[in-house]
Amino acid sequence: MRVALSRVAHARSGDKGDASNVGLIADTPELYRALAAEVTEARVKEHFRQVCRGPVERYAVPNLNAFNFILHDSLGGGGTESLKTDAQGKTHAQGLLAMEIEIPDELVLRER
Amino acid sequence: MRVVRVGNGQGFWGDNVDAPVELLRGGPIDYVGMDYLAEVTLSIMMRQKLKDPRQGYATDFIDFVRRVLPEIRERGVRILSNAGGLNPHACRARIFEVARELGVEGIRVGVVEGDDLLPRLGELVAAGHELRNMDTGEPIAPFVDRMTSANAYLGARPVIEALAQDAHVVLCGRVTDTALALAPLAYEFGWGEEDWDRLAAGTIAGHVLECGAQCTGGNFSRWWEVPDLAGVGYPIAEATEDGAFVVTKHEGTGGMVTVDTVAEQLLYEMAKPSEYVTPDVVADFTTIRLEPDGHDRVRVHGIEGRPRTGTLKISASYLAGYKASGQITLSGPRAVDKARLAADVVWKRLERAGVSFPEERRSVEILGIGACLPGVFAAPDDPPEVVLRLGVRDEDRAKVERFGKEIAPLITAGPPGVTGFAGGRPKAQEVVAYWPALLAREEVEDRIEVSVEEA
Repeated sequence: MRVALSRVAHARSGDKGDASNVGLIADTPELYRALAAEVTEARVKEHFRQVCRGPVERYAVPNLNAFNFILHDSLGGGGTESLKTDAQGKTHAQGLLAMEIEIPDELVLRER
Repeated sequence: MRVVRVGNGQGFWGDNVDAPVELLRGGPIDYVGMDYLAEVTLSIMMRQKLKDPRQGYATDFIDFVRRVLPEIRERGVRILSNAGGLNPHACRARIFEVARELGVEGIRVGVVEGDDLLPRLGELVAAGHELRNMDTGEPIAPFVDRMTSANAYLGARPVIEALAQDAHVVLCGRVTDTALALAPLAYEFGWGEEDWDRLAAGTIAGHVLECGAQCTGGNFSRWWEVPDLAGVGYPIAEATEDGAFVVTKHEGTGGMVTVDTVAEQLLYEMAKPSEYVTPDVVADFTTIRLEPDGHDRVRVHGIEGRPRTGTLKISASYLAGYKASGQITLSGPRAVDKARLAADVVWKRLERAGVSFPEERRSVEILGIGACLPGVFAAPDDPPEVVLRLGVRDEDRAKVERFGKEIAPLITAGPPGVTGFAGGRPKAQEVVAYWPALLAREEVEDRIEVSVEEA
């Protein structure tokens, strides 16, 4: 089944200098394992291609069924230097949750 | 097992001013942490202090103290804050004045000093400390004269010392947000300086609490699940000696505490989850266990930590030119086309006036068609209105001011349907750039001073 990430996960984002971070948390351990193959560094970079000018790094946090993504060079200089409305990457989690992924039907638990 | 309750009533300077009062009055609590310092706040405080030697701290904190001082004296609840900024002594003097006005006696206020490195920067560089920018790798030497603030992040140790001297209020300058939670727990339970797992647990409690309502339903991505966000309760960690703690909030408050709200906050502003480096310990977020523990209660345990590093993080800032941004609203058919025309008109008029900005120093955002995340969300076909936001940045203040004069003329000399120009011409603001660096910890720790005084 093709679903938006928001159906199977939730997320929060913030800033680290000129990088943003997005913590993505899967709803179940099974979904976490399925997301490992879908929400790759390359896919996230492609999803944010007009936002993120540097590399994307992914760290696994399996105990929270989560991944932490670092989107380098994404905030127009970051902090007070940036001219962007979203100079702190506050919206990046909402953006990642809109990404579409392929998930086995039986893993999608509930309507959201 | 004995439980110590540590809360956070202020996630940043500008947070809800009633929240810490409600946190204090809404139920049992032992310590309230209050955070006022963003990365460049100290640079602003430096300017305030230069203008008036009695300023340079978070003045909002005084308003809070005025509201609660008799009560914290009575109940023995202790307040920990970085509100001291660059002038904790002036902050303390003001608190003592307030105590006299209120007739409250016997208030003990601690001051932690030693984080301010600005006066020592030249000496440190001369001694061979490069203080390289952690983002760019550049050494600080060529920038030393331009630095407007330079502060080391202190850890929990001096805060513990102030608590041991029976301070009711502890005022710090730059200290880690997490230390404001770790310090009372380490103090109450007598955790050792090398008890890495417990120090990591207290640090992670601090990380969960440090943004106030962000772990109790604020900024939660499934916001529609959050009850009574208007009355959101600020967070409390109920900790025990073994390092486990329960995240909760006062009964009857809004918002919610679930495994999901806590997990989101755990990953907030996270870099490498297995290495969360603080002055006190390196905490490993991949060891955290979360489980539900009843309504609005999440138990956090299993946390492991590793020895602290040999360096402290320095947060410095310097002036890097000026910036300004202004906005107008465009309504009616073809709002997006009209916004593009208006932006083009501004740049062309500036060029006619002999003022130009390179592409990377100007910005055009059309809000309403996905400007925050271009390429991520599909833009609507013909939105009935959009907001055009223009910005520039330059070393030359006059150029930035000139830009500010070019927005208002769009009302009469731009496309039709322009409105929403309020607040006058955009003013040039100083750009305070951030310089993170590392410094050998003994350079700082040997000079930390803690003083507790009573009035």
